[in-house]
Amino acid sequence: MEKAFRNDAYAKVTGQAIYTDDLKLHDMLYAVPVYSELPRAKLISLDGSAALKQSGVVAIITAKDIPGNIRYGQIIKDYPILVDEDINSTGDVLALIVAHTREQAIAAVPFIKIELQPLKPILDPEEAMKPDAEILHPFHGSNLTNYHRVRRGDVAAAEKEADLIIEEEFSTPRVEHSYLEPESAICHLRPDGVMEVFGSMQHPFSTRRFVASTLGVELKDVEVKPLTCGGGFGGKDDTAALVCARAALCAWILKKPIKITYSREWSMRESYKRHPYKMQYRMGLNKEGQILSVKARIVADGGAYCSVTPWVTWRSTVQSCGCYEVPNVETDVYGVYTNNVFCGAMRGFGSPQINFAIEQLVEIAAEKLGMDEITFRRKNMVKQGSTTITGQVLDNHIVSLTQVLNTVLKESDYENKRKLCSLGNPNQKEWYGIGLAISYRGVSLGAEGTDVNSAIIYVQPDGSTLLETGVFENGQGAESAMILIASEQLGLPLERIRYRMPSTSNIPDGGSTVASRGTIMGGGAVVNAAIILKRIITETIQKITGKSVAYLKDSKLLDSSDNLIMSWNEAIKLCYDNQVYPYAFGVFQPPQISWDEETGQGNAYFTWVYGCQAVELKVNPQTGAVELLNMIAAHDIGKVINPYALKGQYYGGMAIGAGYALFENCPCENGLVVPTNFHNYRPPRSINLPEMKAIFIENPDPISPSGAKGIGEPANEIMAPAIANAIYHATGKRYHSLPIRIKI
Amino acid sequence: MITVNGFNYYDYEPERKLSLWLREDLSLTGTKIGCDIGVCGSCTVLVNGEPKLSCRLKLKDVENCNIITIEGITLPDGTLHPVQQAFIDAGAIQCGFCTPGMVLTAYALLNKNPHPTRQEVRLAIRGNLCRCTGYQQIIDAVMLAADRLSSN
Repeated sequence: MEKAFRNDAYAKVTGQAIYTDDLKLHDMLYAVPVYSELPRAKLISLDGSAALKQSGVVAIITAKDIPGNIRYGQIIKDYPILVDEDINSTGDVLALIVAHTREQAIAAVPFIKIELQPLKPILDPEEAMKPDAEILHPFHGSNLTNYHRVRRGDVAAAEKEADLIIEEEFSTPRVEHSYLEPESAICHLRPDGVMEVFGSMQHPFSTRRFVASTLGVELKDVEVKPLTCGGGFGGKDDTAALVCARAALCAWILKKPIKITYSREWSMRESYKRHPYKMQYRMGLNKEGQILSVKARIVADGGAYCSVTPWVTWRSTVQSCGCYEVPNVETDVYGVYTNNVFCGAMRGFGSPQINFAIEQLVEIAAEKLGMDEITFRRKNMVKQGSTTITGQVLDNHIVSLTQVLNTVLKESDYENKRKLCSLGNPNQKEWYGIGLAISYRGVSLGAEGTDVNSAIIYVQPDGSTLLETGVFENGQGAESAMILIASEQLGLPLERIRYRMPSTSNIPDGGSTVASRGTIMGGGAVVNAAIILKRIITETIQKITGKSVAYLKDSKLLDSSDNLIMSWNEAIKLCYDNQVYPYAFGVFQPPQISWDEETGQGNAYFTWVYGCQAVELKVNPQTGAVELLNMIAAHDIGKVINPYALKGQYYGGMAIGAGYALFENCPCENGLVVPTNFHNYRPPRSINLPEMKAIFIENPDPISPSGAKGIGEPANEIMAPAIANAIYHATGKRYHSLPIRIKI
Repeated sequence: MITVNGFNYYDYEPERKLSLWLREDLSLTGTKIGCDIGVCGSCTVLVNGEPKLSCRLKLKDVENCNIITIEGITLPDGTLHPVQQAFIDAGAIQCGFCTPGMVLTAYALLNKNPHPTRQEVRLAIRGNLCRCTGYQQIIDAVMLAADRLSSN
C-alpha cells in the first residue's frame, strides 16, 4: 500500500505537536477580552478599579494604553483593537483583563463597570443602503464597503429578443469556519526589543502588520512565528491577528509574556463569518436553450467591519454567472456595513453563495425550456477559447469543464439514476434524488491583492536540505506539498529535506495562505528556487570537473547519457570547498491580471480550475429528513502533488459544502451571534456524512511551474447546489435559501 | 489516587477539571480543548479503557481510575500504536487538533470490536468533530488499523 506523506503526522498523532495554547513561557500572564453587550453604542466610561482588586488580576488594559494606532484593517482601517469610543459590534473588545491565571482573569470580567450610550443599530443591509441611513463609520463616508459591477453587452436589448425570462431570488446564511482550535496567541518582548509573536494563523505577515500598527513600531521590530494551526478555512486571518495584537499590547505594557486563548464562545461571538448573501437574478433565454442575458443584484452583509469584503464580493462579481458564457450581463454587487458580526474570508470566498444560486437557476431554466439539465449546461458552459463575462478569453490553459462533467456523469451513473428520482411522488415511502453542480474558479487572488511568493532552498554541507516558502501550514499539508515538489525537482529523497520553522523575519511576505494558492504559488517558488540551485551546482561542477550535468536523480548528478558524474553529497561538498553556497532564493510571479472597476471587464485571473460534484440522497416524505447516500467529486487540479492530502481536501471540502447545505446557520439577534458553541452550531458529524469519492483530473497548467493548480476552495463551492438539485429531484420542490429545511 | 499513563498521582485538587489538570499541571497537552462543554471530542481520554470527555470530568470523578491520554499509547521508545500508524498511513491527519481524541476513540472501539464495519466506525466517532477531513480518511484509518491488528 502506498502510504501518505506528511512531515507533521508523527507530531500530531502522538499529541506532541505544539499548538499555541500548549506553550507556556516563564512568568507568563493571561489576558481575556471584555465585550460590548450592545451592537451599537458610545462608550461613555469604563471603570476597572473593582476588577483590579480581584484575586490575581494584574492590569486592565484599554484603548488609552495603545501606543500606536487604535484601528487597523486589511483594506479599510476600521477595526478598533480595543474600543476607544464607537462601538459597532457585540464582538467589540472594550478592555483586556490581565491576571496570573486565565481563570482569575475570567472571574474578574463581571467587575468591570461599563457605561454605554445606546445607539440604534442597523441590522439589515438593505436598511444600511438607504440614502437616509445613518453612516456607521463616518470617516468612511458610506455604508458600502464596496460596489462592484460587470457591464457586458446590452441586457435590455437581449431581454427583448428572449423567448423566456426567469427571475429568482436566493439567500445564503452566515456560517462559522468552525476550526477546532480556537484563536490563541502568546507574545513577549524580547531583550533585543523585538515583539515575538506565537500564534495560530493563516497569514503571519498580516498579523505582523496588525501588531506593528498597534504598537507603533516598524515591521522589523515584530517577529511572528506561527505554531501548529488547528484549522483555518479562511478564518484565521483578521481575528487571529487581532488576538495577537492584543496580546502584544499587554506584553508591551507589562513587559511580561502574555497568553490569550479564546474560548469557543468568544470565538463564535467575535470572529468573522462567511457573508450572508441575498441574490436576485434575472436570466433571459432563447427557446434553443441559450442564455442570452443575466441581470443580477447581489447584497453581502459585511457586518461591522470591512475585513476583506471588497475582495470576497469581487470574486462573486467575476463569477456571478457561474461557469457559463453569457453575452449580455449587468451584475451589481454591494458589500455593506451593518452592526452584525463582521464577515470575511472563508473557504470558497464569495463563490459558494453564487454557485448555490446559479447552479439551481440553470436547472430551473432548463426545465422551463423542456431541456434536460445536462444538455442545457453543455450548451452554455465555457469551453476552450470561450470568453468569460469579464471578457477574458480562456485560451492559456486546458478548459476541462466537459472532462470533469463527463467523469462525474459516468462515475455516478447520473443519467440512469436521474430517471429513478422521485420528484415528490406521493406513492413512494422514500424519496430518492441525485443532483450535481459544476463550476469554474479563478485561481489564487486575482485583483484581491499582489500575487507573488518565494522559496528558499538552503543545502547544508552534508547535503541535507532546508526549505522554506512564503506559504503557511494551516493543517492542509502545505509544508508537505512543498517538500514533495522540492524532492522531485532536486532528485532527493523526502527524508533529506526539512521544512524550516517559519518566521516572518526569515522570508519575504508572500501573502496569505488562502485562495487555494498555497500549492500553485509556494510550489511555483520552490520550482524556481530549485532551478536556480541546480544552476549553481551544475555550473560549479562544470567549472571544476569539466563535466556537464544533465540530471539530478536519486541523489546523483548524471550526464546526458545517464552516466554518474558524482553523488549529490560530493557535489555539495565541492560547492562549499570552492566558496560556493548551494543556496537559492526563488520567486514565482504569475502573469499580471487586469481589471476595470467601471465596466467590470478584464483578465480577472491568470488561470482557472474546473470541477463537478454529485450527490445521491434520500428524503423522508413524512419528516423531511435528508439522508446523504454518497458524494463524488472530479476536479482538474493541474497536477497531483500529494495524493492523500489532495483527497483530504476533496473530502473536507465536500463535507463543509454539505454542512452549508443542510446544517449550518449563524443568525444574529440584535447584532449578537446566536450560536455560542458546537451544541447549537452544528458542523457535520461522521454520522451526517456519507462515503465520498475523489477523482483527480490532471491537465498541468502552463503558467504553474509545478503544473499544479489548487483544490481547497473548488472542493468546497459546489456541494450545496448539488444537494439542492438532488433535493429538488427527490421532492419536486426548489429551496432558495440555506440551510435547506424541507417542509412537508 | 489517579493513574495517568502508568504514573500514580496522589496530590491534586478534587474539584479541578480533568482536562485542565492534564494540560496545565501534568503538561500532557496532547489533550485538546475545542469547545470545553463536552460536545467536540477533542479532549477525549480513556478512563478505565472507555473514551470520556475530560472537559466534563473533575478529578474527584476519576479517583482510583486508570487514565490514558494520547501520550500514553505510544511506546517509550517512540514506536507508534498501530492505530496511530494507520492514521498516518491512511492520510487521516490534517490540522491534527481532533487527532488525539479520534485516535483514542478508535483505540477504544477496536479493543471492544476488533472487526468493525465502516458504519460502526462512523457511529463510534460521532462525538468527535473534525472540520478538515469529512471523516472519510479517518474511517479508512480505523479500518486499516483493524486489518493490521487482526493480522498480527
